[in-house]
Order: sequence, then structure tokens, then C-alpha cells
Amino acid sequence: MTKDEASEVKPPWKMSVNNRDAFGQTLLELGRENTNIVALNADLSGSTKTSVFAKEFPKRFFNCGIAEQCMMGMAAGLATTGKIAVPSTFAVFATGRVYDFIRQSIAYPKLSVKIVATHAGVTVGGDGASHQITEDIALMRALPNMRVVVPADAIETDRAFRAIVKEPGPFYFRIGRSATPIVLPNDYEFHLGKAGLLRDGKDLTFIACGVMVPQALWAAEMLKKRGIDARVLNMSTIKPIDKDAILKAARETKFIISCEEHSIIGGLGSAIAEQVVQEVPVPMKIIGVRDCFGQSGEAEDLMCAMNLTAKDLAAEAEQMLKK
Amino acid sequence: MPVSERRLRELEGLANLARKRIVKMICKAKSGHPGGSLSAIDIITVLYFHAMQHDPKRPDWEDRDRFVLSKGHAAPAQYATLAEAGYFPVEKLDTLRQMGSDLQGHPDMKRLPGIEISTGSLGQGITVAVGMALGLRLDKKANRVYCMIGDGECQEGSVWEAALAAHHYAVDNLTVFLDRNELQIDGPTEQVMALEPLADKWKAFGWHVIEVQGHDINQIVKAIDEAKETHGKPTMIIAHTVKGKGVSFMEGSVKFHGNAPSSEELCKALEDLDKCRGSQP
Repeated sequence: MTKDEASEVKPPWKMSVNNRDAFGQTLLELGRENTNIVALNADLSGSTKTSVFAKEFPKRFFNCGIAEQCMMGMAAGLATTGKIAVPSTFAVFATGRVYDFIRQSIAYPKLSVKIVATHAGVTVGGDGASHQITEDIALMRALPNMRVVVPADAIETDRAFRAIVKEPGPFYFRIGRSATPIVLPNDYEFHLGKAGLLRDGKDLTFIACGVMVPQALWAAEMLKKRGIDARVLNMSTIKPIDKDAILKAARETKFIISCEEHSIIGGLGSAIAEQVVQEVPVPMKIIGVRDCFGQSGEAEDLMCAMNLTAKDLAAEAEQMLKK
Repeated sequence: MPVSERRLRELEGLANLARKRIVKMICKAKSGHPGGSLSAIDIITVLYFHAMQHDPKRPDWEDRDRFVLSKGHAAPAQYATLAEAGYFPVEKLDTLRQMGSDLQGHPDMKRLPGIEISTGSLGQGITVAVGMALGLRLDKKANRVYCMIGDGECQEGSVWEAALAAHHYAVDNLTVFLDRNELQIDGPTEQVMALEPLADKWKAFGWHVIEVQGHDINQIVKAIDEAKETHGKPTMIIAHTVKGKGVSFMEGSVKFHGNAPSSEELCKALEDLDKCRGSQP
């Protein structure tokens, strides 16, 4: 299939919504239900959409200024007094900048701190490489006690955030900056550690997370035109990973293509490969950012430049079928 | 309220006993940080045996005061104190740093009752203490949070982030001790990375600052009382101390920042401590 042929296939979604808005609204609603929830920020409450919580619950909101280390430490301290602490900032500052604080003061003591990282990946766009972290999943996934959730759309952002707030202990919750296509139904239920089967198929399996989920669904539509039957799994929980769903895909389809807006080193693809190579070694292709920094540009253009579009996924699937 | 002469002698006795246990356990473990443990022990003794509301039988009692050892490498000082207070049997001190022991090289709250937050990486405990103080205040609790930082630790930028935040949020239920023993691993603090004027710096950050001689029990007690009476701002008690205090060859010695005494050195240390104030008559 040529790229022109592929472009005839319409994207399988109707609308896009910003995950950050969904998170801000859900945090506000949860804050009304549970007075133990406290939110922290580092001078980005507008961008992280925690400002709506701040407005309604000023006493339970702590702006730490541009001091992310202190924010993580304070979140840990609040958690020791029985609070559910939700520190939030851009993913680049929420992980790399404060890695040791998360490691020592949150993950090691296993405290109920739910780190909400916004503006993850290259879709940050114009801010450029300094703000486009593509190694945050790798960093957080490697931490003992830490669990990692990357919701696919605004609906999953809401359902998954509600779930992790109920679950004791630390979480890394990753969302992007841009509006994201709605791909899940309104009655969607999130189950921690369980992949969602969005489309069944027997030839190959796309396992995607975050903004790559709609791309994988679109790629599956393109492949269908060519008589190729692709399964699509939404692996929103990257840790603990859904081993059963991965091994089932490995057994029932010919190969697996992982798709993430993150480095090909240490992220979703690595997490899947760790299971596949040890249990059911089938061919795999890890699609993601190829060990390089991003650059300024429109989110869509950056995704094209990094070969992270539905067309790229479909083309990769066809290549692998030829092998 | 100042302590009676008799109580003063008791506290000196407890600190002296803890000093002996500190050098013994570090000698047995063959590694650890005696210098900063011995400089901190008088303050930690006053906190647990005089100032703080706590119950060793109920380590998670909601109304307890909290102590955060931000300079986590002084863990032996906290372990000796917690054991004497009754959090765990004194014999357990012999397991310091051994495989499977709850007495990790640096405090681990998941293993040891009485530890409020795991520390070890410098510049973090004080930020956690600010969060604790805010959490207690949100719940309208009268509990206080005490924290101890090292002087070398003040070279960590996050200490000053915490200084800003504690002042900004006016956490007057937080009292921080700065163990000013003037030495860090690579030498005198003023040579490695100058800190002075420390008191002025904390004052400039909006804290109520008290300076004490950190081995004088009465001065420590008085400063804590003053902190409790200070409203609208956090209190910093800069405690001028001697690294390795009480053991002649460890006093002012960089070598014993992070080195264990040999068996022979332990004997000498215990002899020195027998001659100190507070040793049993």
C-alpha cells in the first residue's frame, strides 16, 4: 500500500479532547469527594490544569514555585500524614529533574504520591527538545514500587486517574500537551495492569500507549483495506505490565509492533520485549523515538518526522509480513 | 520550661549511654558514620527524652510529634535513642548494616518503627518535613515536626527550596536543627564550599534563628521552648557542635566522618566516654 492509498482511509475517531482538561476536571471532582486529596504544583498550575482544584480548594493546594525537588519532598511529607498527594508539572521536570527525590522519598518508602506529568513526549511541540522528554517512562519504570500509567484519551485519563487515587502507593501518570482523539467508549472501565483489547485480529498485534493508540487503530483500518487483520491492544498500564495479554498476542498473531511516543530504549516496547523474549519469542518491532532529541515544530509535523504516524505503523506491518 | 538538675544529669547520662552504643555498633558493623552521630546525639536525646510527644508502644500514634533525620547518615544516633526509648530491643543495635537487619545504613521507614521517613540522600528530609508540617496543620493537629540537617547538607540547593517554602507557608510547627560541626567528608565546610554567614542566611529566608551550643542540654531545651512559642514562621536552631564529640581521637577528625573504629580504637573510645559528663558514677 502506498502512502497515498493509505491517506484515503479516514481516521477512526470523531473528536479530540485535551487529556489535561480531563485530568483537571477529574482532580476537582475527586477533591470534592475526598478531603484527603492535596495537589502540588511548581508554577505551572494553568498548564497542568490543577488551577481549577486550586481555585476551589486553596488550602489543599500548594504551589511550590519553580522548585520541583521541594514539591516532590513536600508531596512525600504530606503523604506520610495520610494525604493522597498529587504533584504535577511538565514530564521533563516531573521525572529527570527530580529523579532522586522520587526514588528516595516517594518510591523507596512507597508513599501515596500520584505524580501527574503533563507535556510528555515530542508533542509538546514548539518548546523544543529541552521540554520534550522521551525517556520518562524508562526512568519511572525502572524504579521499584513505582507503577506507570499512560492513558490513551480523555476518557481513560478520567477513569485511570480515579483508579490510581484509590490504589495506595506511588504512581507515575503520563499525559501529553495536545488534544487527543477519543477512542474509548463512555462506559469504558479501566483496570490497573490490564490491557484493553480495542480490536481483535489474527495477523499481527499493535500494542500501543498514549497518543499512539489512535494511530494504531487507524493503521489497523488501513491494513484492513489490504486484507490484513491487525489486533490492537491499549497498554495503558506499563507497569505492572499485562503479561497475559502480551503472551496471548505472541501466541495468536505472527508478530508484535509496539508503538509509543517515547524512546525505543526502556519504554513500552522494552517492557513488552522483556516478556516476549523470555516466554514466547516472536518477531517484534519497537516503534518510538529512535534515541534522539526532538526539536521545535508543530506536534503533527514532529510525529511525521519521527515516523510515529498511522501510515508508518501500517507500512511497518506490511514490511514485517513480507519477511 | 528548664529541666531540673536531676533531670539534666539523667539526660546527660542517656546521651553518654547512646554515645557508647553508637561507637560499639559502628565498630561491630565495620562501617558507618561516627563523627556526625556523636555531634548530633545530645539534640536527639533531648528530643526523644524531653521535648517530643511520642509513644514507643504506638509508633503510629496519630498525635505524636515527628522527627526527620535529614542527615540520614547519623542513623546510629537515632537507632541508639529509639532502642533506649523502647521502640525495639537494645540487642538489635548489634545488627546495624547487616544483611536482613531493620537497622539499614540509612533509616528505612518501611523496616523500622519510629522512623518517619526514609532518608540518606541529602537535602530531601527537610523538604519532606515541610510537607509533614503542612499535612498536620491541614488536619488542625497540634503535633510538631522536628528535623535535623547537617551543615554540609546545606550545600544542597533543595535545602534552600525548603527554606523558601517553610517561610512562604509559615509552618511554625516545624523546628529544624542544623548540626554545625563544621566538617564534611572532604574537609572543613568553609574550605569545601563556604556556608557562612549561616545564621544570616536563614534569617534572610525569614526563619526565626536561634544559636546554641549543641552539647549543652539546657541550651537545647531552652531553644526548643522558644521555637514552640514562635508563631508565624519556622524556627532554625543552629547547634554549634563538635564532630565526634566525646571521643578524643574522633573530635574534629574528618577521618571519622565515615569510618568505623577498630577494636582497639573502640576500647579507647569507651574509656574516653567513661570519663565524660553523664557517665554512670
